[in-house]
Amino acid sequence: MIICERKPIDELKSFIAGKKKVLLVGCRGCVTVCNAGGTKEVEILAALLRLDAQKDGNELTIDEFTLERQCDPEYVDELADLVAKQYDAILSMACSVGPQFLSRRYPKEKVYPSLNTCFIGGALAHGVWAEHCQACGNCIIHNFGGMCPVSRCSKSIMNGPCGGSSNGVCEISKEVECIWHLIASKYMDEGRLAEFAPLQPIKDWSKSRDGGPRKIVREELVK
Amino acid sequence: MTREIKTASNLEKVLASGNFAVTGELGPPRSADGHEVAEKAKHLVGNVDSVNITDNQTAVVRMSSMAAGLLVQREGLQCNMQMVTRDRNRIAIQSDIMGAYALGIHNLLCLTGDHQKFGDHPQAKNVFDMDAIGLIQTVKSMRDDGRLLSGQELPPEGRPKIFIGSAYNPFADPEKYRIHRTAKKVEAGVDFLQSQCIYDMPRFRAFMKEAVDMGLTEKAYFMAGITPFKNLGMARYMQKNVPGILVPDEFINRLKGVPKEKQAEEGMKIAAEQIEEFKTTPSLGIKGVHLMLIEWEHMVPEFVKLCKLTPRPKL
Amino acid sequence: MSEFEPKIIAFCCQYCAYNAADTAGSMRLQYTPNVEIVLIPCSGRFDVILALKAFQSGADGVYVAGCLEGGCHFLDGNIRAKKRVVYLQNELKKIGLEPERLAMVNVSASQGPQFAAYIDEFAGVVKGLGPSPIKKQLAA
Repeated sequence: MIICERKPIDELKSFIAGKKKVLLVGCRGCVTVCNAGGTKEVEILAALLRLDAQKDGNELTIDEFTLERQCDPEYVDELADLVAKQYDAILSMACSVGPQFLSRRYPKEKVYPSLNTCFIGGALAHGVWAEHCQACGNCIIHNFGGMCPVSRCSKSIMNGPCGGSSNGVCEISKEVECIWHLIASKYMDEGRLAEFAPLQPIKDWSKSRDGGPRKIVREELVK
Repeated sequence: MTREIKTASNLEKVLASGNFAVTGELGPPRSADGHEVAEKAKHLVGNVDSVNITDNQTAVVRMSSMAAGLLVQREGLQCNMQMVTRDRNRIAIQSDIMGAYALGIHNLLCLTGDHQKFGDHPQAKNVFDMDAIGLIQTVKSMRDDGRLLSGQELPPEGRPKIFIGSAYNPFADPEKYRIHRTAKKVEAGVDFLQSQCIYDMPRFRAFMKEAVDMGLTEKAYFMAGITPFKNLGMARYMQKNVPGILVPDEFINRLKGVPKEKQAEEGMKIAAEQIEEFKTTPSLGIKGVHLMLIEWEHMVPEFVKLCKLTPRPKL
Repeated sequence: MSEFEPKIIAFCCQYCAYNAADTAGSMRLQYTPNVEIVLIPCSGRFDVILALKAFQSGADGVYVAGCLEGGCHFLDGNIRAKKRVVYLQNELKKIGLEPERLAMVNVSASQGPQFAAYIDEFAGVVKGLGPSPIKKQLAA
């Protein structure tokens, strides 16, 4: 899923400074699962912003609404009646796709992102998420024991581990595991070194973001 | 032992003729002052066969390795231009290789490069279009097949006749895998390899035995990296803080055993003994040494004399 | 104007603090007035939104009372509650509300007198901070 993190409260306060009527929109997709922008996080952020306004005697109304998904026009449409109430600002608590879809559907509204979209990853434990994919557009993890060197090696190297690998951790931080240590160890432990040895070709990045913004059209699905 | 000469590299000539080769290292300045490069180079001319010019090492911005390399060559010493893939994509890489060769650079050291996280510009976007092994393949393809990565052909006179180098680190992890990573570099077509600073001799000997047994030392020239201790503090710091560098207590004790003002001398003595072993033990497969006296370049003349590495052969 | 008596909402775990409060009562111990005890099944039930709503409604202080560490009926509810309290204290600081208005304590069911003393101590801190700025605005 897409892992997000709420922006610092000061930045969010700066978005709504001087505004009186704000709509806070959550998303029941990835950001609900990663505890960043679901119904509950919307409720908490709304309460914090209200408290802040109340404390200073500022007039502020915050309405809360959580959509099934903000990355799908049919759900974004559901917001039409609410948007008609004329808000001074709409804060989207989805990944950055959300505020972009809201802006496009409701072009007159001032839409702000409330989350920072961090990476594609998974939960290692409750409250701990780690990056596992960089959307390079051409998955090759089967060549690396099911592990992704593109996203999980600090230098995305194809023939690791580099000389910075020490005690299973990366040279950039003891908090970053050396994925190449895990890959190489796996093949050695399984006695499959010969299979692992071939030189990896220089990667073709044209299917990744480097090839420009990407789009998929599935003709059989298009109406 | 003689091997086919592929380039006009002095280092290659020395190695191919069976002489024990010596390379040095020079870090370009963090400024546009070319005189500093020339000054440092003066200590190295005549004392080494070629000198590595680091490419923004530790991701700190310095004068480009190609420019500093040319300044060194003007002083009469061939350079081993280092090139990291951190800062260039394949377009810039191939373009710089052509340019470097056109300007008279004959040796290129292919590296992935340190991550910029601990450099002076951690806000930078890194490139890593390919790794060091990909870079080796790229230079080899341009030189031997006369082809760019696109398949575009280079005319015979337009092929960069570059002596291809890279680094190897026997002391990183996983220990048992290190030799296989080095083998990949050899398979990719590297001509010479320089190691990280060696202190842990038993581990290094074991590593080289594998290299010899796998036939790697017949395909590429292996050089041993040497950095003499300047003092006890430096040895202790490296022992405790530098990952992948193992400093045996034996060396620490030797430095402890002499007065402070004699520690540098003792450090050089230790290094000289290591070099003596490499020179006199052909079965190790070591064909030369790479001296890394960083910011200590003025000591190179004294050090090579102590190690009886001079005069350098003129080929 | 009469002396300021802080309004405190205390979320008390049913296995410990709630009983401790009960004990304090039956022992006729005097402790700070204006404390509203809210029974929760475990301090792990404490959620930041509960505290935020209490503050929004004009509470001067919010107190969370759970079992002694290692003594949670649900193993680690009190540890989780503590983390939430610390998290919310930081958030309160960022919106300019004194983080000391929120606190957590660990007691056992038999510690009636201690509970009374803890509450008094917390009330003293809140009293020192004065009425919550939100309450002031609500009153205005």
